Amino acid sequence: MSENTDHILLPEGSLEKQTTTLNLGPTHPATHGVFQNILEMDGERILKATSTVGYIHRAFEKIAERRPLYQITPLTDRLNYCSSPINNMGWHLTCEKLLGVKTPKRVDYMRIIIMELARISDHLICNSIVGVDSGAFSGFLYLMQFRELIYEIYEEICGSRLTTNIGRIGGFERNFTPAVWQKLDKFLDDKKGYPAALREFENLFTRNRIFMERTIGCGPISAERALNYGFTGPNLRAAGVDYDVRVHTPYSSYEDFEFTIPVGSTGDCYDRFLVRNQEMWESLGILRQAYAKVKEFKGAEAEIYHADVPAYYLPEKKDVYTKMEALIYHFKIVMGEAEMPAGEVYSSVEGANGELGFYLISDGGRTPYRLHFRRPCFIYYQAYPELIKNGMLSDAIITMSSLNLIEGELDA
Amino acid sequence: MTNETVQQKLTEKFGEQLTGWEEPYGMLTFTAPKELNLKVLQFLFDDETLQFQFLTDLQAVHYPDNKGAELAVVYHLHNLVDNVRIRFKVFTDVKSPDVFSATALYQSANFMERETYDFYGVNFIGHPNLIRVLNVDEMDYFPMRKEFPLEDQTRIDKDDEMFGRGGEFGFGIEKSATGGISLAEDQKPASDREQEL
Repeated sequence: MSENTDHILLPEGSLEKQTTTLNLGPTHPATHGVFQNILEMDGERILKATSTVGYIHRAFEKIAERRPLYQITPLTDRLNYCSSPINNMGWHLTCEKLLGVKTPKRVDYMRIIIMELARISDHLICNSIVGVDSGAFSGFLYLMQFRELIYEIYEEICGSRLTTNIGRIGGFERNFTPAVWQKLDKFLDDKKGYPAALREFENLFTRNRIFMERTIGCGPISAERALNYGFTGPNLRAAGVDYDVRVHTPYSSYEDFEFTIPVGSTGDCYDRFLVRNQEMWESLGILRQAYAKVKEFKGAEAEIYHADVPAYYLPEKKDVYTKMEALIYHFKIVMGEAEMPAGEVYSSVEGANGELGFYLISDGGRTPYRLHFRRPCFIYYQAYPELIKNGMLSDAIITMSSLNLIEGELDA
Repeated sequence: MTNETVQQKLTEKFGEQLTGWEEPYGMLTFTAPKELNLKVLQFLFDDETLQFQFLTDLQAVHYPDNKGAELAVVYHLHNLVDNVRIRFKVFTDVKSPDVFSATALYQSANFMERETYDFYGVNFIGHPNLIRVLNVDEMDYFPMRKEFPLEDQTRIDKDDEMFGRGGEFGFGIEKSATGGISLAEDQKPASDREQEL
């Protein structure tokens, strides 16, 4: 943090008294995205910041107004693309709430496996980038290979890696293959898997003197301010508020799992870092429980991977080609003949960086009448100028990374 | 705290002015007159039992057929202590879309109201910096309103080779020797055909 320089008396109009305007972004290599901040600088100290957003706005809400429900899933991928499966699941859950679809327990647990993997992949990117921005590149290298493993698991389930379009309304497109379970075993392995890497990562950072001095007291926010600014997710929990959608409004059978919600106290970069690290451990715990729960299903139950709602569940392609009924339902869903009740529904999930909400108004037509995404980034980015005020420029960079701002989500 | 107690408290305070009580999918929903939106928000914020101090979401909806009240501004509020969510709406005329700003109460309303202004043109009175947030500053319309339909996906008069329309592999469109596009007779836009006739 900067030291107080008020005691240095300079004559009026001298060069040192003048402030400089600095354009940080929109395409600055240190900002990890198209963020623009116009900074008013006194030397290295930031006096004022003005944020501009919207450089990659893609009008998703407008596009969604003429797409049937199942075609909106790929739009949600592109919000927070570091954890797109959570967005997909959030959207499926919203549709299911509107349509009144009840999913089987096995589907819920399979979804939890995917969502917790996505949470880990998001947190590991965020935390290792905080490391990179504070000058320690090695943590990033250790963790990145496990994101690759997570992406391989997605690939095994849905065929794609970054923008996943995973699952369907009612469940999954196919059952988890043996390769998925093998890869999960590899990921969860205590000696060689992710737990070992995360332990090593924590050894490198958590009590590292340089890292601590760099992040403690950097970009802090009080719980009250954080709530007023609409913070959610790890950023709010780092400020000391134990709000987590998974506990407050359980969805997808999260009530069946044992886990704790880590909270911080000062809401600075260090607390956010610790909260994310701890959440990864909790996610690993949830993953193990979900793994065991899915494996408990035997016989015919172990073959269930979607709800029995033919009117809304897009049937498997091979059934469409070979079965009359599946063909009819496929046709009806694709042509928008599936009945959609009129109504309005707000549904939210705990995204990797906050409460991701979907406000869906249906007038009974084939497309939503109005769809609004509550994007956590967009809401808490407003606090950024306040967080970096009176700090150093290098603190501003590290604060931005530790807020876990994802440009795709910010701009929709 | 249940939805009934919230409704009871609000009716005690505001009486018949709040209308349209509903509970779609378990969330208490009501409509307030637009002059009252700040009073309702303030009451919900300050009341010792209600404590709706977290603004989850704020957005607008356009109902062009609802004459005189075309735009609805929708607030989603959350009481984090008792974990209760409510939603309330304020309807306004599209010709004078003035609604009081909630920025004094919630810092988070700043960007959300700017976004709502950006896409629906709701004029939030008292907002410190009501300018466009996601669209370009030069834009002179409000794109999410229903009078702006999305581009017709079946149009064929646009050469968009990279996206499967026009060009070498396009449907029904052939490039002429001069490089211009000539359409098969039956696929020309109706307006062109009329002119030729």
